[in-house]
Amino acid sequence: MPENEPVKINRPLHWFAVLTALFTFLLLGAGGLVTSHGAGMSVPDWPNSYGYNMFLFPPSKWIGGIFYEHTHRLIASGVGLMTTILAVWLWLKDSRPWMHWVGVGAFLLVVAQGILGGLRVVLVDAQLGIFHAIIGQLFFVLTCAMALFTSRWWLNNQRWSSRFSVSGSADSLKAELQLRGLRTLVLFTTILIFCQLIVGATMRQQHAGLAIPDFPLAYGKFWPDTNAAAVQSYNEHRMAVVAENPITAFQIILQMVHRIVALAIGVLTGACAWQARRRLGKKDPLAKLTLFWLALILGQILLGAATIWSNKAADVATAHVLGGALSLVTGALWYIIAFRRSAVLPKIASAITISGAYGTTPAMTANK
Amino acid sequence: MKNFSLLLSFAVLVVVDAPMLRAADIIGAITLQGTPPPEVPYTPLMNDPTCGAMYTNTPTTHFYVVGPNHGLGDVVVYLKDVTGKSTGASQRPVVLDQKGCLYQPQILAIQTGQKLLVKNSDSCIHNVDVQPTVPGNPTSNQMQPPGSPELTFTFPKPEMFIKFKCDVHPWMFAWVSVFDSPYYCLSDKEGKFVIKNVPPGKYVVEADHRKLGALTQDVEVKDSDVTVNFTFKIK
Repeated sequence: MPENEPVKINRPLHWFAVLTALFTFLLLGAGGLVTSHGAGMSVPDWPNSYGYNMFLFPPSKWIGGIFYEHTHRLIASGVGLMTTILAVWLWLKDSRPWMHWVGVGAFLLVVAQGILGGLRVVLVDAQLGIFHAIIGQLFFVLTCAMALFTSRWWLNNQRWSSRFSVSGSADSLKAELQLRGLRTLVLFTTILIFCQLIVGATMRQQHAGLAIPDFPLAYGKFWPDTNAAAVQSYNEHRMAVVAENPITAFQIILQMVHRIVALAIGVLTGACAWQARRRLGKKDPLAKLTLFWLALILGQILLGAATIWSNKAADVATAHVLGGALSLVTGALWYIIAFRRSAVLPKIASAITISGAYGTTPAMTANK
Repeated sequence: MKNFSLLLSFAVLVVVDAPMLRAADIIGAITLQGTPPPEVPYTPLMNDPTCGAMYTNTPTTHFYVVGPNHGLGDVVVYLKDVTGKSTGASQRPVVLDQKGCLYQPQILAIQTGQKLLVKNSDSCIHNVDVQPTVPGNPTSNQMQPPGSPELTFTFPKPEMFIKFKCDVHPWMFAWVSVFDSPYYCLSDKEGKFVIKNVPPGKYVVEADHRKLGALTQDVEVKDSDVTVNFTFKIK
């Protein structure tokens, strides 16, 4: 396809991509409930369920932890099927070659994720659960990005053109150029959120319950004692009905790192929101998105606290997982949108220089 | 004939004068100082329709089994660093039951090579998720529907507190310790214990509680029973 030929908008494809992203979010929630309820191994076989074909497993046997694990598998199968359809659809109907490969990448990732989940069960390897959780988050980002790439909003060249015709003044162009510095800040914050999700997944897959039971203090202090005697004392007083492993100094420090990084993310998203408003103006969609991001992070910090105050109640802990996923995807999509906007800037600037006047509408040639 | 009589007299003298090298028992008691935290009611068990129906009163955890005189039960007591003496293969199997949606008993000990039979006495499905951490001891996760035969486990390596759990009912768990010798026991509800038939020698006796950690003492076994007492303190 020629570079500047507009991509045809395919609404059914877009809404199917949106639906896939929504089901992936549901799948993340179902996976979160599995870990929160300690039910990851409640169905010992895979891909069968207690010897039954997964899709024929009688609902009467979906008791206790089996309910969470089996529904997670069923939703995962649905997402796998939807991703396959989406990949084929993109390959056949989307005119952008790179989107074909995005679809193929999503298909391969969902297959790998399914196999990883199965191996975690049949190999009885809890460490695989950490990777399973992290890849799940990345896959959610990918499905949301696919929904974005197929949207009318993304494909509407006129929208991007008009944006630059409006910002055809020197000040607006300067603001657009300043986007690049902000973009780096958002990228750094998004990477930090991803690291935070890795720490969170590691904490959850230790199956050791709450390493620190109080918040905002930690065992009544700003920094808890982690010597052997103190850890022994903590374990003596931890009473739970589930088979929690004894906590270790490492797990206590891990939770402290999680708290500190959460604070850093809060400060950084605040800085992003402030910088976006200052550089882009409060009406700019990206400025609004950073405000939403900040609100999301603050809510997420509150959910983290609630997870501790509720003694890691399964629904609260799962909501915290989902908040983390939304935080990651918001940062990632912000960066993708900003990248697209920034990518057209050199050509805009070039067009303005040739025309010799900032006030004229530059020829929009960069949208692809 | 004279020489034979002389030899016989010498032999009798040796037998009479030699010390009797017989095995002895190590006996003792475990005491808990301080007040343990209150046990937790099995609320999730009661919330489960099948399991909850088996109880009229909510059962509680029993991490701290404390007798009237502060004796501490469910403490694993054993001779440390005694290996290669297992008689497990010739011993009777030990049974771990899933009854009332709880593991019974919750703490137990076996020898390497000894069979551990896990049975399901409940009318609901359980899975048996075994999570050893010592290399060589196999992890496994098997389903056990009601009425199905007992599952058999053996462990080749000694290991303290191997976790057995049911993921269908996450509050169900047991801890199985495996020893490479027959010199171990569990303290009873009054905190008393006996390690039987210990050959003469110097040993380190360790008392290990799932929550309170381990205490050790040096002992020397000669020709009579040895008493060793341990006191755990809640910090």
